Amino acid sequence: MKRKKLKESGVSYAKWGYIFILPFFIAYTLFTLIPQLMTLYNSFFENYRDGLMQIGPNFVGLKNFVTLFSPDNTGSIGMLKYMGNTIILWVLGAVPQVLVALLLAVLFTSYRLRLKAQPFFKTVIYMPNLIMASAFSMLFFTLFSPVGPVNQVLVSSGIAEKTIDFLSIKVSVRALIALMNFLMWFGNTTILLMAGIQGIDQCLFEAAEIDGANSLQVFFRVTLPLLAPILVYTVITAMIGGLQMFDVPQVLTNAKGTPDRTSMTMVMYLNNYLQTSKNYGMAGAVSVVLFIVSAGLSLFVYNTLSKPYKEETKKRNRI
Amino acid sequence: MKNRENTKGRVTLIISRTLAYAFLIIISFMCLFSFYMLIINATRSNAQLQAGFTLLPKDNFFKNLRNAWTDSSINIPRGMLNSFFIAICSAVLTTYFSALTAYGIHVYRFRLRRFAFYFIMAVMMIPPQVSAVGFIQIMYKLNLTNNYLPLILPSIAAPVVFFYMKQYLESVLPMDIVEAARVDGSSEFATFNKIVLPIMKPAIAVQMIFSFVSSWNNYFIPALLLDKAEMKTVPIMIAQLRSADYSKFDMGKVYMFILLAILPVLIVYIILSKAIIRGVTAGSVKG
Repeated sequence: MKRKKLKESGVSYAKWGYIFILPFFIAYTLFTLIPQLMTLYNSFFENYRDGLMQIGPNFVGLKNFVTLFSPDNTGSIGMLKYMGNTIILWVLGAVPQVLVALLLAVLFTSYRLRLKAQPFFKTVIYMPNLIMASAFSMLFFTLFSPVGPVNQVLVSSGIAEKTIDFLSIKVSVRALIALMNFLMWFGNTTILLMAGIQGIDQCLFEAAEIDGANSLQVFFRVTLPLLAPILVYTVITAMIGGLQMFDVPQVLTNAKGTPDRTSMTMVMYLNNYLQTSKNYGMAGAVSVVLFIVSAGLSLFVYNTLSKPYKEETKKRNRI
Repeated sequence: MKNRENTKGRVTLIISRTLAYAFLIIISFMCLFSFYMLIINATRSNAQLQAGFTLLPKDNFFKNLRNAWTDSSINIPRGMLNSFFIAICSAVLTTYFSALTAYGIHVYRFRLRRFAFYFIMAVMMIPPQVSAVGFIQIMYKLNLTNNYLPLILPSIAAPVVFFYMKQYLESVLPMDIVEAARVDGSSEFATFNKIVLPIMKPAIAVQMIFSFVSSWNNYFIPALLLDKAEMKTVPIMIAQLRSADYSKFDMGKVYMFILLAILPVLIVYIILSKAIIRGVTAGSVKG
């Protein structure tokens, strides 16, 4: 009755919708959309500072992109190298991250194991996610520096003859960055996957058990296929996060990506153009590439990972 | 026969439980060890740190604290105050305006409603660094470097927080309440501020914590915009510590700086870990 009356009175509330969402869209336009377009615009211009001289802005077409993908005086193509670094660093951290998180999520939700002290373990594994990445990185730097405790232990116990400069060895720098990323993110992934497993109908697990499936079969035939959409979500977000990798390698290697720029990521490269040479043209080009890569990768992962799941649902619908 | 099978089942259960606990303990150890070392090393003087490795605390905690707190080149109390101010402002703006946007899209039927929703969902995935070049350029042109406005105002538009709020509204807000308020003559803004916001308190609290933490930890954009010593935030100071001449540093002080940088978040987390962990899943999984 009331509802009818309201409608009859002809009051339209539509304008309030616009009013309520207006601040968001104003802020988004001013601080993100326009800057994004300006970034794109900048990528077609020569615009940088050379000492005290300001060069440009002059329209140069695609020259910045050409420069980005041509070999420098050492013969390596900077952009591809840094993109490769970013991918290597991400994969090194993300593979164990997803595997460990899957295992932990299964353990935590296991009806058979019924593990105790779960809140404690969850609190511990999620904690590194909230820690300031730059401080965490600085901490690892001090622990692994030539005069740090790790070297003290290695030398005094005789494992190493003399101090090892972990930060000048490609493998150890990459391993440290991957380790930090792993520690910072696996707890988060675990919690997301746990929620996913808890969202699966409990009857399916019980039915599988009655049919005599063992834990492995339950995991591969029930849990994993039904978890696929959340796994896709988790991998995509982890990947987009991975492309933005900056704080940890930046602080660990003091912005240099040592040794020989083998731990320099795409965003560190971008930051380098912005911070030191104010080269908006090249920085714009790097950003455009970053955007294209992240958009492309998320579509790719989404398609490949969600295909088996889609076929599964199709099959089920047919039955 | 059946009995034997039962014992066999029990034995495998005990074994797998033991393995599970062992794995959990190893993983927890990995998470905690570096922080344990941080706290231990923050209690040792530079000389004690040079002398060698130990797992036991020493008695120089307050000396290191005093040294770090009064350091002339890295003004950590100022940095913490700056970070705190930016983080609180961002957290308030983010949660209020995300809730407002979510409410606008959830409750009202207007022509661009679907477009607005899908637009926000689509831009959620774009890395924030993609807009950095233009953003920095505009801020330089507007003379807004060494100013906190460019670090605070953009938090009005936070797609992820919006999505969380939208899902929360879907699960808790019956339209009857809104209509009842209208019948009682409440204006639309008053309905939102006085009736809907209190209902959303749990979601707002969780998102306030998350946005506070991410602002407190934020390094990329502040490092490009702040170069005056008294304006710097904590992450910039930590990075500065790294680029300084390392060998001349009092290492006890360095560990104390790092501890101070993470302490506020650590304390909040230890008090509210349950709510925070619940908040991780609530907004993101259903989508």
